[in-house]
Amino acid sequence: MDATPRGLKILTWITFGLFALASYAVLVYAPREAVMGDVQRVFYFHVAAGWVGALAFLVAVIAGVVYLVTKNRTWDTVGLSSIEIGVVFTFINIVTGSVWARPIWNTWWTWDPRLVTATVMELVYIAYLMLRQGIDDPDRRARFGAVYAIIGFLSVPLTFLSIRIFRTIHPVVIGSTDPGAEGSFDMTAKMLQAFMFSLITFTFIYVTLLWHRIQLQHQADRVGQEKARLLAD
Amino acid sequence: MAEAARRSRLGGYLRAIGAVIWKDLAAELRSRELLGAMLVFALLVVLIFNFALELDVRTRATVTSGVLWVTFTFAGTLGLNRSMAVEKDRGCLDGLLLAPVDRSAIFFGKAAANLIFLLIVVALVVPLYSLLYNTNLMVPGLLGVIVLGCLGYIVVGTLLASMAVQARTRDILLPILLFPVVLPVLVAAIKATNGYLLGLEMADIQPWLNLLIVYDVVFTAVSFMLFDFVVEE
Repeated sequence: MDATPRGLKILTWITFGLFALASYAVLVYAPREAVMGDVQRVFYFHVAAGWVGALAFLVAVIAGVVYLVTKNRTWDTVGLSSIEIGVVFTFINIVTGSVWARPIWNTWWTWDPRLVTATVMELVYIAYLMLRQGIDDPDRRARFGAVYAIIGFLSVPLTFLSIRIFRTIHPVVIGSTDPGAEGSFDMTAKMLQAFMFSLITFTFIYVTLLWHRIQLQHQADRVGQEKARLLAD
Repeated sequence: MAEAARRSRLGGYLRAIGAVIWKDLAAELRSRELLGAMLVFALLVVLIFNFALELDVRTRATVTSGVLWVTFTFAGTLGLNRSMAVEKDRGCLDGLLLAPVDRSAIFFGKAAANLIFLLIVVALVVPLYSLLYNTNLMVPGLLGVIVLGCLGYIVVGTLLASMAVQARTRDILLPILLFPVVLPVLVAAIKATNGYLLGLEMADIQPWLNLLIVYDVVFTAVSFMLFDFVVEE
């Protein structure tokens, strides 16, 4: 069994470095926001985590389509790995958002289109993982996973749309919770740099984790094959 | 010549769909397992809501559409699960798949039969609800909304049920897979139903109807394309 590829090792170290720099940029380099104070710093990683979540699900749906066309198992592994990462980062996105919303909106939660969409997206992909867990045959698991990833991905924009129409017809009674209205701010140049740097760093984290996860799956598959061969002898 | 061949092929396709629908209706007519259970379940849901929400005159106006759609959704899940489990358990699905017809014809046949069952339940629950709560639900536009909503729900539900029955955890899996994906249908259907009940302007209801139609078209097309992958072995 070969060890971790050289490229992945290097990438992992680069990602560690970037994350340390990004933490510095967010906590020290970026200026303190005048109105909201330090809690605004949540924003940098919050948006970056949301971006990784969306990117991961996009990659998963592309991998799903390619798998259904080519039937190449590697694409199934890419899809599964991407969704696992996406679920974690969407969760980080929701929790950090909640932490920020408590002092700024004065509530942990509101039924804003973006919040609902993020939550429904999270539920769709948790359902995806549960679906895979319930199926033993690997080919069928891969096919069903791909089909569900496609259906789930298509429903997400419609969910966003439905909640948005919902809100334009019935305005929320307790205060305006539109992020454009409450808790918005203009980024200074340093803030923008920290923000962009966070986005890039999180994209690196995504790629690194994806690569590690795919590597892990290959090894798990190989162990499975070895086990089957030993049992057959 | 080519025209005649094309027409006979289309005729064969429609006959195949008709045969699947007929098979389901005939089986139901003899066993009476599905409709009875869906109907009794639907009535029980209404009963529970009656006490959970105190459906007096004032609350009734605003919650009726929600109560109706939750009832249809739950009864529909029961029906979808059963309709696919029967095919799977008695090996009927394999027999159906051996038939020399396009597999999408089988999908549309099953979906149409499921839609008919759900609409029968609707056709009994809606007048009964009108009677019990002295609310007139017999508005043509409202009935149109119910048909559109049930169509979107059943199309996705049939596809996901045919996956769920092939999993180990099948009884609990279908609602988990289905509900997050049909959320836009439910939101749109509830709001449109509410619009008709409150006698809102057509301009207020139109966005919901548009959303329902878009969802129905998109998901009918996607399910049609993906069903092959779900049943292929």
